[in-house]
Amino acid sequence: METLLGSYWFYITTILMAIGLWGMLAKRNLMKKLIGMNIFQTAIILFYITGSSKIGATVPIYDPEIGVANPALYHNPLPHVLMLTAIVVAVATSGVTLALMLMIYRRYHTLDEREIMKRMHE
Amino acid sequence: MQAYLSIAPVIAICVSLIAAILIVMSRHYPRLCVGWTIGSAVIKFAVIASMLPSVLNGNYPAIKLFELSPGISLAFKVDSAGMIFGLSASLLWVITSVFNIEYTRIFSWLRDIRYFASFTVCLAATIGIAFAGNLFTLLIFYELLTIATYPLVVISGKPEAIFAGKKYLAYLLTAGALLIIATALTFRYAGTLDFIPGGFLDAGIGSDKLLVLAVLFIIGFGVKAALMPFHSWLPTAMVAPVPVSALLHAVAVVKAGAFGFVRVIGFVFGPTLFHDIGAGTILSIMAGITILISSLLAIGQDHLKRRLAYSTVGHLSYILLGLSLFSPIGWIGALLHIVNHAMMKITLFFCAGAIAAKTRMDRVSQLGGIGKQMPYTMAAFTLAALGLIGIPPISGFVSKLFLGQGALGADLWILLALLLLSGLLNAGYFLPIIRRAFFVPSDMFVKYDESPLLFVIPLALTALMALYFGLQPNGLFDFFKLATDAATSVFAGGIR
Amino acid sequence: MILNHIIVLIPISLLVFSFITFLLGTVRRSLAYPTALVGSAISVACSVVGLILVLQGGPIHYYLGGWPPPIGIEYVLDYLSAFMAVLTTFIGFISIVYSRKSFAQELPHKVVPLYTITLLLLSGLCGIIVTGDLFNLYVFLEIASLTAYALLAVGEKRAPVAAFRYVIMGTVGACFYLLGVGFIYFSTGTLNMADAAKLLPAIYDSRAIIAAAVFIVIGIGLKMALFPMHSWLPDAYTYAPSAVISLIAPLMTKVFAYVLIRMLISVFLPEYLSDVIPATLVIGWLAAAGIVIMSIMAIAQDDFRRMLAYSSLAQICYVALGIGLANPLGLIGGMLHILNHAFMKGCLFQVAGAIRYRTGLTSISKFNGLGKKMRWTMGSFGIAALSMIGIPPACGFFSKWYLMLGSIDAGNWVFVGVIALSSLLNAVYFFKIIEKVFFAQPDDDIVENAAEPPKEMLVPIVIMAVAIIALGLVNVYIVTNILEPVVNHVFN
Repeated sequence: METLLGSYWFYITTILMAIGLWGMLAKRNLMKKLIGMNIFQTAIILFYITGSSKIGATVPIYDPEIGVANPALYHNPLPHVLMLTAIVVAVATSGVTLALMLMIYRRYHTLDEREIMKRMHE
Repeated sequence: MQAYLSIAPVIAICVSLIAAILIVMSRHYPRLCVGWTIGSAVIKFAVIASMLPSVLNGNYPAIKLFELSPGISLAFKVDSAGMIFGLSASLLWVITSVFNIEYTRIFSWLRDIRYFASFTVCLAATIGIAFAGNLFTLLIFYELLTIATYPLVVISGKPEAIFAGKKYLAYLLTAGALLIIATALTFRYAGTLDFIPGGFLDAGIGSDKLLVLAVLFIIGFGVKAALMPFHSWLPTAMVAPVPVSALLHAVAVVKAGAFGFVRVIGFVFGPTLFHDIGAGTILSIMAGITILISSLLAIGQDHLKRRLAYSTVGHLSYILLGLSLFSPIGWIGALLHIVNHAMMKITLFFCAGAIAAKTRMDRVSQLGGIGKQMPYTMAAFTLAALGLIGIPPISGFVSKLFLGQGALGADLWILLALLLLSGLLNAGYFLPIIRRAFFVPSDMFVKYDESPLLFVIPLALTALMALYFGLQPNGLFDFFKLATDAATSVFAGGIR
Repeated sequence: MILNHIIVLIPISLLVFSFITFLLGTVRRSLAYPTALVGSAISVACSVVGLILVLQGGPIHYYLGGWPPPIGIEYVLDYLSAFMAVLTTFIGFISIVYSRKSFAQELPHKVVPLYTITLLLLSGLCGIIVTGDLFNLYVFLEIASLTAYALLAVGEKRAPVAAFRYVIMGTVGACFYLLGVGFIYFSTGTLNMADAAKLLPAIYDSRAIIAAAVFIVIGIGLKMALFPMHSWLPDAYTYAPSAVISLIAPLMTKVFAYVLIRMLISVFLPEYLSDVIPATLVIGWLAAAGIVIMSIMAIAQDDFRRMLAYSSLAQICYVALGIGLANPLGLIGGMLHILNHAFMKGCLFQVAGAIRYRTGLTSISKFNGLGKKMRWTMGSFGIAALSMIGIPPACGFFSKWYLMLGSIDAGNWVFVGVIALSSLLNAVYFFKIIEKVFFAQPDDDIVENAAEPPKEMLVPIVIMAVAIIALGLVNVYIVTNILEPVVNHVFN
C-alpha cells in the first residue's frame, strides 16, 4: 500500500477523480456533468487496475516457463475482473443518464441547468 | 399488603376501548352511541367498585400483561391510591354520561362519533393512569389521554377552538416529551420502573441528578396539573363543551397530572428522598404561589367557565401542596381533595352548562337573578361553591382540615396562613356569583323555568355527594380509609 | 434441499420474475400485475422461511457456486439481514398490491416496464441485504440505484430533472463506496466482509484504512441522504408516481442505512469507527442537526408529499443517530427505527397517493374536511402520524425510547434533547394536517365529492396502520430475538 501511495499512478487517478467530480458538481451543462461522471468512473477503474499491477509481472495466464511458485510474477487478475463489472455498470449508468437527458431535452429544449430551472418554474 | 392476580383492571380499561369501537361502528345511530357510552360507563364503574372490598382489605388486584420493552411490562396494580382516583373518575363518568344525553340533544352538533369515541377513550386512559403498575404504563396512558382529549377541545371547529387545541398540544406534548426523558432516566438510574410504596430510587444516585429528575417530573406532570406557570392551557381549553370541561378539565385530565405527582413522590422517589433533595420545597413553593395567584386571577374573570378554570388551577395546587408536605396527614388531605374537589367542581361545571343550555349566557355579569328562574341548579351551585370555600359540613372542609393539619405538622405556619387566605379568596370569587344570582333583581329571569330533569338530577346528585362525603368522609366508598391506607403505605418507612 | 438455497432464492426469485413479468407482459399487458404479485409473494415466503431458519438455528452462510470465502462470494443470512429481507420483501409486496389502481390511473401505458423494473429494484435491495461480499454489494447497489433512477423519472413533468440530479449524486455515492472497497482490498487482499473484519484490526492505524472508512461512510451517507448530503431527495420524492414512491420512500434510504450499520458491525467494527477515527461521532452530530433542521423544513412545506420527503430525511437521521451512538441500545433503536419508519412512511405515502387518486390534491391547505369523506384512509393517516410523533403504544415511540436510553448511556444530553424536541416538531407538522382533515369544514367541491379509494389501495393502507400498532406492542419480541443477538455479537 505504501508503495502505491508513493507511486505517481496514484496521483494521476486522484487528479482524474477530482476533474470528474468537479465536472459533475460544478458544470451547468447536463452533458458536461455526464462526461464528468464518466471521467470519475474511469478514474476509479484505473485505480483498481494500477493497484493490481506489479512491475516485472506478466498477464495472469499460466505460463509453464514461469510456473506458479512465485505469484509476484503475475498481475493480480481479480481487480481486472471486478472492473469488467464496473465498466458494465458505468455503461448502464450512462445509458440511463442519456435517456433522462433526452426526456429533459424534449421537454425544455435545453440542457443548461439554469435554463431548465427557469423554464421549470414558468 | 399483598397482590393477587386479576384481570379486572384490564376489563375496566378495555370496556371503554370496546365501547369506542362500537361507537365508531354505529356512527349512523347517535342514540346508540349515547347508549354505548352509558352502558360502558356503568360496567366500568361496576368493575372498579367490585375491586373495592379487596383493596380495602389490603389485597390488591394486579396483573402483568406482556413486556413493552425489555425489563418493562404493561402492568396494572390497583392499590389504595389508584382506587381513589379510579373510583371517583369512573363514578363521575357515569353521572357525566347521563348529563351528556340532554346536553348533546340541545347542542345536536355534538352528536358526533368523534365526541363520544374520544370521550370514552379518555376515560380508558384515565383508568389506565389510575391503575398503572409502573411508570412506563402510566406514561403510555398519560400520552394517550393527551391525544384523546385533543378532539374534544377542537370539536366545534371554530377558530378559537382550533387555537385552544394548538395551545393545548403545545403545552401537553412538551410535558409528555419531558416525562419520557424523565422515565428513561429513572429506568437507567434504578433499573426498574415498578411502583413501590415509599419509592425505589436510591439516594446513592446523587442528589444533583435526582434533583434534575425531580424537576423534569414536576414540569412533566405539572403542566397537566396546571401548576403555574404552566397553567394557561386550561382556561383556554374552556372553549370545549361543558361535559368535557366538567369531567376532563376538572376531574380526569387535570387530576391525572395530580395523580402523577402521587405516584412520583410516593412511589418513585418516596417522600423522604423527594424532601431530602429539596424537590419538596420547590414543589410546595410553586403550589403555594399558584394557589394565591390563581385565586386572584379567578376574581377578575367574568366568563363563568374561565372563573371556574382558575379556581380549578388553585385547587389542584392544594393537592400538590398536600403531597409536597412531608406528612401523612397532608397526604390524606391531598388524596381526599382529589375526590372532594372533583365532586364539587363537576357540580359547578354542570350548573354552568345547565345555565348556558337554558339561557345561552356564560358570563357572571349576565346572571343577575338567575336563582329565581333556576332555583335547584343555583342551590346546587351554592352548595358546591361553599364547599370549595371550605365551609363545614361540606366535603371541601374535610380535605382542607387535613391539609391544614399537615401544614401544622410540618411546622409550616405560612402554609396554614396561605390555606386560610385562599379560602377567603375563594369566597371572593364565588360569593359574588351567588349574591348576584339570588339577591340581584332582574328583568330577564322572572319566572320559574328550571332545566330539564336530566340536567338537574346529575348536578343535584354530585352536590349531595359533596355534602354526604363532608358528613361521612368514610361513607359508601370508604375514601377516607383508602386515603389513610395509601398515606400509611407511602410513609411506612417512617418519617426520618 | 431447497432450504439450503433459500438465501439466494430471495434476490433470484425477484430477478427471475422480473424477466417473466416482462415476457408475459409483452404478450398481454394485463398479465404483468399478477406475475409481479406472484414473484414478490414468493420472495416474501423465501425471506420468511429464511428468518424462521435463522431464529431456530442461527446465521446461515451460503457459498455461491460452492466456492468458500475468501475466494468465492458468500451470502449471509444473519439476524439482521434476515430481518431486513423480510421487511423489504413485505413492503415490496404491499406496494405492488397497492400499485395496480395507481399505475392504471397515472401511467396506464407503462405498467409492464414499471413492474419489471420494480421487481428488479427489489431484487437489488434484497441482494444488498443478503450479500457478505463487499464488491457484490456494489453490484447490487448499482442494480437498485439504476432501477430507482428509472422509476423516479417517469413521474410528473419535473421528475426527469429531479431524477438526473439523483443520478449524479447517487453515482458519486456509489463510486466513493467502490473507491473505499478498493482501499480495503489492496490493504487486506479480501473482499469478504467477515474476512476483512478479521484482517483489519491489525492495520487499524494505516492511512489507507482511514481513507477507506471515510470514502465508504461518505458514499453510503450520500445514498441514504444523510444530512447534509440530502439535497437530491426532496424533489425526487415529490414528483415521482404515487405507487413508486410508496415503495422507494420506505425502503431505499433504509437499505442504505442498513449498509452503514453493516459496515459498522461487520466490517470495520465499532471500536474502529468510534475509537480509532471519530466517524460515529461525526455521524451522530450530523444526524442530530439533521433531525432538527429537516423537521423544521418539513413544517414549512405545503405539498403533502414534499413534507413527507423532508420528514423522511429527518427520520433517516434517527437511524443515523443510533449508528452514531454506537452503543447497544442506540444501535437497537436505530435498527428498530428502520423497521418502524418503513411502515410509518409507507403508510403515509400510500395515503398521499390515495388522496391524489381520489381528489388530485397534493396541497395540505386544501385538505379541509377530508376526514369525513375518507374515514379509513385518514384514520390510518392519523395512526401513522401519531406514531411519527411518538405517541405510545404505536411503534414510533419505541424506537425513540431505545434511542433515548442509548443517548443516556452515552451521556449525551444534547441527543436526549434532540429526540424529545423532534417529537414536538413532528407534532407541529402532523397536527397541522390532522386539524384540517378532521376538524375543519370542507370548503371545496373536490373534497365534497371525495370517497374512499378502491379496496386494492385501502387494504394495504389499513394493513400498514394496524401493523404500526402491532409492531409497537410486539417490539420486545423483535428486540430480544433479533436485534439483541446482533448487538451482543458486536459488543462482546
